[in-house]
Amino acid sequence: MTENNTAAWTRKDLIGIEHLSKSEIEAIFAQAEIFKPTLAGRDKQTSLHGYTVVNLFLEPSTRTRTAFEVSAKRLGADVISIAGSASSLVKGETLRDTALNIRALNADMIIMRHSAAGAAAYLARVMDIPIINAGDGAHAHPTQALLDAFTLRERFGKDISGRKVTILGDILFSRVARSNIYCLTKLGVEVTLAGPTTLVPQTFTNYPGVRVVHDLRQALDGADAVMLLRIQHERQTTTHFPSLGEYTSMFGLNKKRMSWLKPDAIIMHPGPINRGVEVESDIADGPRSVILDQVHNGIAVRMAVLHLCAGSLNK
Amino acid sequence: MANVIWIKNGHVIDPASRRDGIGDVFVADGVIVEKLFDDQKKNVRVIDASGLVVCPGFVDLHARLCQPGSTARETIQSGSHAAAAGGYTTVVCMPDTKPPADTVGTVQLIKEIADRTAIVRILPTGTITVGHLGEKLAPIGSLKQAGVIAVTDGIGGVQNNEIMRRALEYSSMFGLVILDHCQDSSMTQGAMMHEGVWSIRLGLRGFPRAAEEVVVASDIILAHLTGARLHLQHITSGNSVELIRRAKQQGIAVTAEVSANHLLLTDAALHDYNTNLKLAAPLREEEDRMELIKGLLDGTIDAIVTDHSPVTPTEKDCEFDYAPFGAIGLETALSVSLEALYHSKSVPLAQVVEKLTISPARVLELEAGTLAPKRPADITIFDPNEAWVPKADSFFSRSSNSPYLGRTLRGKVRTTLVGGKVVYENGRIVDESC
Repeated sequence: MTENNTAAWTRKDLIGIEHLSKSEIEAIFAQAEIFKPTLAGRDKQTSLHGYTVVNLFLEPSTRTRTAFEVSAKRLGADVISIAGSASSLVKGETLRDTALNIRALNADMIIMRHSAAGAAAYLARVMDIPIINAGDGAHAHPTQALLDAFTLRERFGKDISGRKVTILGDILFSRVARSNIYCLTKLGVEVTLAGPTTLVPQTFTNYPGVRVVHDLRQALDGADAVMLLRIQHERQTTTHFPSLGEYTSMFGLNKKRMSWLKPDAIIMHPGPINRGVEVESDIADGPRSVILDQVHNGIAVRMAVLHLCAGSLNK
Repeated sequence: MANVIWIKNGHVIDPASRRDGIGDVFVADGVIVEKLFDDQKKNVRVIDASGLVVCPGFVDLHARLCQPGSTARETIQSGSHAAAAGGYTTVVCMPDTKPPADTVGTVQLIKEIADRTAIVRILPTGTITVGHLGEKLAPIGSLKQAGVIAVTDGIGGVQNNEIMRRALEYSSMFGLVILDHCQDSSMTQGAMMHEGVWSIRLGLRGFPRAAEEVVVASDIILAHLTGARLHLQHITSGNSVELIRRAKQQGIAVTAEVSANHLLLTDAALHDYNTNLKLAAPLREEEDRMELIKGLLDGTIDAIVTDHSPVTPTEKDCEFDYAPFGAIGLETALSVSLEALYHSKSVPLAQVVEKLTISPARVLELEAGTLAPKRPADITIFDPNEAWVPKADSFFSRSSNSPYLGRTLRGKVRTTLVGGKVVYENGRIVDESC
């Protein structure tokens, strides 16, 4: 039942969305659609049976790490999770050596989260086993973008071209935003980036099919979905905006501002949410929020990615 | 007696004496001579330079030789070999060694190692401030007496305008030029590359052009105030070129340099996070590259430099964020300059040679960069068209962090002479000490 999708997929790694074709993205969705109904049952899939998958998370993460772990296990793999503080990197071992050791311990795949942009591409260059990027600095977070688009397709139908999606918040430091820009524009979505000028520089208009808007009303007007991004106070230098309170008053999503969206518009967030900062609690928990659907879809989408990249090993 | 050399039938380019044509160059007892006497001709070594360019040895105003302190990257000796192979006969080395060249003792050590091991002329610089920390003036007068040719604080430079003003005033007493790496470091926290479309795409923090330009502007203002000599290092921004152009028009005593890398490459080359392209003076955009070339042509920019910054392969083999900045350049700067300027038909060959020889020599008033009679016979002979491909194991430098690995370049040095002595010839270093 999975042959057609693996035929469209020949990659060993998933590093970013930028170099994927539309048909490769759709192969992932098609595979995820096959896996999603199986999540309701207790039976595992078998395509990664006997595989050892290593979750190498060198930057804190709960959701993504857990989702990858669940996904790999649902495919029958053995999963080992290594956190940054527990690894030898703190002792001065290089990333290359850490990865080569993991490989020597019989790992078949490495899923990596890293604070440095380009780290996943670097690892894929030096390793012969599949590398899945679970986020590299401000560069890319491809599975988040894929699960976001998958969630949009569930809501609006398989063809989401012409839909309007507004990504709101800290775009400058966001790998989620960058991967979503590539994924959504490849699928024909009209993307609006919104937020303060310091966090949403005009340079982003160099991405084809993307507009940058600093007026929130204009940014939300007529949108089918709004993707809220967490304000990453740990990443910013203090110069980018005055305070979280001012951010909320200017760009936080509240009930009044919700009315500027289309009536059936949905609210998305990659998590973790700062309740009361980028979004009011009621909205995050409300009927138009698909935040937990995103998390759930993250399992099926990541299963699809692992399945397809593992499949390249057998070609 | 034996030291008589007749370089025959070369395309002699000596911008200082306006020589640019087929001819001969004569060397006797280490200096250039106008002609050879008959008895000298009996015992002469003839170098046939047909089809080759014969010009003054190149003068580099900006190299790191890493000794003392980082000899796994480079030593003064290995750096001098790299220089000879690249046609450089005079190299001004930066003071950001470990320890930095902020004391007489360290400067003496560098000079002593250079005298003992280097096969080209090594001219040390000292720091402007103690530890190049930008806080307290280094003993600049004593450093001058110990033999520094200029003072500079290198990357991050002096960030405090009061200190820069006093450094300029104080150094002018000794006729020392201040070399400044123009960067406002408050604007470049965490920066990895030029701030622009590519930094956004790659998710890397950027060096805005303005971080360079505000310091170019403040430096010009302080040079005007003090009347002191200021040289602006490896300029990268097109707007900086315009600031310098206007300053020169006003008669302010500033000079400026550009690294060969910035004449050929732009930030787009970083698309795959190649750490050998991670430069502290970041590669910028095509419009900047064109302005830099324009600045060279109209004299706004005085010199092409190598910005030779060796880093070991181990140090560069890591995540982009963690890799040290810098690229080696002594062995490729000629080829890169020729590719960017001459082979692209933007700049005549003689003017490229000028920017590698007499023009940098004039910045620091060095007795170098010309083939005028009685001058030391520092001579470079090169083939402007010979194609070659730099490889990691083909460098004389101890490091191989070149942006050009695997890329075909045109222009190859055949022979380098320092003081009438052949130090490099057809791919081989001539060094009696090894």
